Amino acid sequence: MSHPPEQAAISRRTLLKAGLAGGAALFVARWLHDRAQDEAIATPADALDSSARSIVAAIVPVLLAGALPTTVADPKLVTQRVADIVDHVDRALAGLPSASRKEVDQLFALLAFAPARCLLAGVWTPWPDASVDSISGFLAAWRDSRFALQRSAYGALHQLVMAAWYGDSSAWPAIGYAGPPSLVTS
Amino acid sequence: MATPLANAVRVSDPFRDGVARGWKVIDASRLDGDLVLDADVSIVGSGAGGGTSAEILSQAGLRVVLIEEGPLATSSDFRMRESDAYPQLYQESAARKTRDKAINILQGRCVGGSTTVNWTSSFRTPATTLAFWRHEFGIEGFSESDLAPWFERMEARLAIAPWPVAPNANNDVLRRGALALGIPAAGIRRNVKGCWNIGYCGMGCPTNAKQSMLVTTIPAALEHGATLLTRARAWTLERRGERIGELTCSALDARGTDPNGRSIRVRASTFIVCAGAIGSPALLLRSRLPDPHEVIGKRTFLHPTVVSAALMPERVDGFAGAPQTIYSDHFLDSVPVDGPMGYKLEAPPLHPILVSTTLPEFGDAHARWMRELPHLQVVIALLRDGFHRESPGGIVALRGDGTPLLDYPLNDYFWEGARRAFASMAQIQFAAGAAAVMPVQASGPHYTRWSDAQSGIASSTLAAQTTTVVSAHVMGGCAFGPDATRSVVDTTGRHHQLENLYVIDGSLFPTSIGANPQLSIYAIAAKLASALPVIPRRSGGD
Repeated sequence: MSHPPEQAAISRRTLLKAGLAGGAALFVARWLHDRAQDEAIATPADALDSSARSIVAAIVPVLLAGALPTTVADPKLVTQRVADIVDHVDRALAGLPSASRKEVDQLFALLAFAPARCLLAGVWTPWPDASVDSISGFLAAWRDSRFALQRSAYGALHQLVMAAWYGDSSAWPAIGYAGPPSLVTS
Repeated sequence: MATPLANAVRVSDPFRDGVARGWKVIDASRLDGDLVLDADVSIVGSGAGGGTSAEILSQAGLRVVLIEEGPLATSSDFRMRESDAYPQLYQESAARKTRDKAINILQGRCVGGSTTVNWTSSFRTPATTLAFWRHEFGIEGFSESDLAPWFERMEARLAIAPWPVAPNANNDVLRRGALALGIPAAGIRRNVKGCWNIGYCGMGCPTNAKQSMLVTTIPAALEHGATLLTRARAWTLERRGERIGELTCSALDARGTDPNGRSIRVRASTFIVCAGAIGSPALLLRSRLPDPHEVIGKRTFLHPTVVSAALMPERVDGFAGAPQTIYSDHFLDSVPVDGPMGYKLEAPPLHPILVSTTLPEFGDAHARWMRELPHLQVVIALLRDGFHRESPGGIVALRGDGTPLLDYPLNDYFWEGARRAFASMAQIQFAAGAAAVMPVQASGPHYTRWSDAQSGIASSTLAAQTTTVVSAHVMGGCAFGPDATRSVVDTTGRHHQLENLYVIDGSLFPTSIGANPQLSIYAIAAKLASALPVIPRRSGGD
């Protein structure tokens, strides 16, 4: 990718940080996770468990910064909007075949696993407390990672959250989309 | 409730009317117990291959059972909302991916298959493709002139004709840009009748204008007494010696994702597999059918597609109007078919989910592009795969749970073609007046001048899971041909090792088509189904 020089420097630093240690940690974390997760089978009706929900709720405002209305006076409304998007993600996941659901479960279980969250995602506080900068750093690092697994995980999060928000008619006024035409003429 | 006035102008739903009149349609998700069906012909898959075959064979007086994994959804269900349509009508909620997640595949999974959700582009199989099949694979009987009557027949059946309406602005950018550069571009023929030009083909046509299998061949087959079984996943073909004895299907739950525990056995004298280029090889693999040369699932092709986004000074409104009406084959025709990878240029519809999941970056950088949606213009380049030794396509294999997974590695041969395609698209977009052009990657620059784009694209890093690659055309995996060491079925569609098993769908193609494949599937399916030597099953069924 032809980043501007400054961005290229950042991604080189990020890569060095992730580096070999990152690769080893990813392996260890996956191993720990696989051993710990035998019981955790998401039911189709409720694809996200509570820790997965909190991860999605944490990354939604960062992925959708500039898109989610932030001028709402009542912070409760913003929280509700994020919760709605998490619900959309949940429903989307429930509609995926079980093999895909399992992969997404594994991703969220990995991200919920504190050592993996710190070492692989670079997020050193629990997800609900994580700063915008640290989540943003995590997303950018995985997007630009040299590991295919991290790039594809970023791709999955991006696809799930973007589809959840922009599939909802409340997102449409800001992007100049009037919605489908009415077929009923009178 | 709609008012009486609204009802009066509401479009009709001939499929629902037919069901009300007594068409035999069974929703497997609602079965109370297991089921056995007897037929002369069992057809797996109701897309271009299965729908076409079902009409021809039921009109020949045969009892047909048509099995579809997806749901029956008809015009009344098509609400033109991506959030409804993708989970309902597409494989894996329109998020089906290759093994390494580098390619997102749009493929239908509903009655009518991909024909219910495609963008209506209709091309005859290019002559270069057919000639290549003859020279490279010894396939006789499929030359341009051999197929001409079958194309004519299906074009008439599906109202395939030039589109008389002006292209929408999104397609017109492709036309204008190409014209300015002296690159030939032309109009795309469409399979529509009385199209309202609203642009929602990809979510199921709400006015029944699109002449998909859902409104043409399948109703005709049902009118002739065929049985349609929906939400049933064909699981295994049971072999008895040199023949297939029966087909076992799993009924799916109402969501259509998981088996609900019921099973359906279909007994027939002839079995036709039309489950598409991922589903058909998967069914054969699950059934552990003879495959002495290990060719099942090999050479599966996608027309891997790269995307170039532009900002135009004028409004484009790419979500409105017939989605795909202009194309250019210049970059297919200007390279040898077995040389560097050629590509076809088209334009896609631009609805919010499709656009937002494709555009790069996140946060503000992403939101800024989204706010420009009315000015966004997109060109796509569909790369012609399967004609070069460096383009062997992908391999369909089975996951542990028996569901298919396509492994399609992207190599340097592909990326070299993709890089040329990005440059061609950017040049055309600038020539049409684009203010900015962005070759779509997970993150990456946009350019405001062609010269910058040219040098930027030349030096950019293209890579799997970084460069956005999509596909809407799945082909191959059960190749036809005379040589049993290189193909699964012969040129009548019959399995090389089994007497009463046929494959009739896009999985027959030994290479990609080099054009949107629906008309190729229709014509070849019509030819093969018409010649099928079906013997009615001895009575005693039902």
